[in-house]
Amino acid sequence: MVDFGFGLVPSSRINLDLFDKEKYEELAAMEPDVRVCMACGSCTAVCTAGRLVQTSLREAIEDLKNARPEKALEMLGACQLCGKCSMVCPRGINTRHLILSITKVYSAG
Amino acid sequence: MIYEGKRKIWSEYQKEIPDDHYFYVRSCIRQSFFPASEATFLRITREALGKDIFETEHHTTCGGIAYHSDTIPQETVMTIIARQFALMAKYGYENYVCSCITSFGLYCETLETWREFPELEAKIRDNLWKSCKLEFAKPKFLIHASDLIYKYRNNIAAQAVRKLVNVHTGEPLKVVEHIGCHYSKMFPSKGVGGAEYPYVLVGMIEAWGGEIVDYPERRHCCGFGFRQYFIKGNRGYSLSNTHKKFESMEPFKPDLIITNCPGCPYFLDRWQYVIAESTGKTYGQDGHGIPALTYEEVAGLVMGYDPWDLGLQTHQVGVEPLLDKMGVEYDPAKKYLGKGGKDLGTPVACSCLR
Repeated sequence: MVDFGFGLVPSSRINLDLFDKEKYEELAAMEPDVRVCMACGSCTAVCTAGRLVQTSLREAIEDLKNARPEKALEMLGACQLCGKCSMVCPRGINTRHLILSITKVYSAG
Repeated sequence: MIYEGKRKIWSEYQKEIPDDHYFYVRSCIRQSFFPASEATFLRITREALGKDIFETEHHTTCGGIAYHSDTIPQETVMTIIARQFALMAKYGYENYVCSCITSFGLYCETLETWREFPELEAKIRDNLWKSCKLEFAKPKFLIHASDLIYKYRNNIAAQAVRKLVNVHTGEPLKVVEHIGCHYSKMFPSKGVGGAEYPYVLVGMIEAWGGEIVDYPERRHCCGFGFRQYFIKGNRGYSLSNTHKKFESMEPFKPDLIITNCPGCPYFLDRWQYVIAESTGKTYGQDGHGIPALTYEEVAGLVMGYDPWDLGLQTHQVGVEPLLDKMGVEYDPAKKYLGKGGKDLGTPVACSCLR
């Protein structure tokens, strides 16, 4: 095989058929704020851990909606629960609680 | 279904294409990618269709590549374009035909910007006068060269010596049509069929006997996307874009891809080689690729022109399986001979792509 110095990048294709609606509804019942997020990214902007590792609550919520819960869990695993994101959220979401709920719902079975 | 409503919507997707007397401007990159395509276009327009089409050696690039790479500002591009329009007016033409889709998009963008901001047009007029002592007139009609072939597709079909049909099975060839993004995605009203139902190449395929392949990623970009390609670090995105299209069209087993943009046939052709050599995957039959041709080359084939005169040897993907299916006679020994029998040199064979 020839190495051209560049190659195929991993596919960004989203298969919404894999979206687990039951689990998302379970999360929304426990944490209605997940529907309130408008993906502004303020949480990501102030995230202390995000300066050191790849973690973003905004992206994690998008990943849940795009049928990639394992990616969301991996990302949120780096969260230190410092709570800076909850102080800047324009929608007043209790982001710490949301992160814990996501982990609880999606880690179970 | 309310047919009157459908007809009304469809009428909004049509564009007026002038009958004759064209001022032609070439594309910078097509000259080096597929050099015979523009010569074939002029040959068909002049000899087969008997139209008056004029070109001058004084025209330049439209500046599109530099503009889309963010290296020159819009006003500079507009002044370059104004100069092209001045040349058209100087030679007494008002129907502007451009060979390149990038240029076509840029001309549309410029004319629309001037319509919205007349003071900018006045400024460009001033710039042109200061820099070149020229005055320009806006074209009465701005068309892409594929629009012209589309308009006269049935005349070409009437003169054709063969169709887009597999002579061995009698079945129509399965043809993928790929429209350049800047043809109608930016200004839908400027392209035949608009952005949703671009018909310019479909019309040609239907007229010349082929069968259209409708596949999921049909309207996806070819992968050129200036900045994705020019910077080597981003080139993987360009390759992946093309890969996505090929993966999508592969199950339909297309015989041929027809394009109307300078970049699309290049990337749909060359990236097949890169995909094959770096992953071992090929998309045609028996290790071959899928030939990606320009509409002029396809028109030339149905008109019975010699495939090597059409420059089909400049494609990375071998066209011989397609020529065999269409029943085109060709001399393999002459594939790499240039004008006057000059040996152009034979490229090194690929290890994966036949």
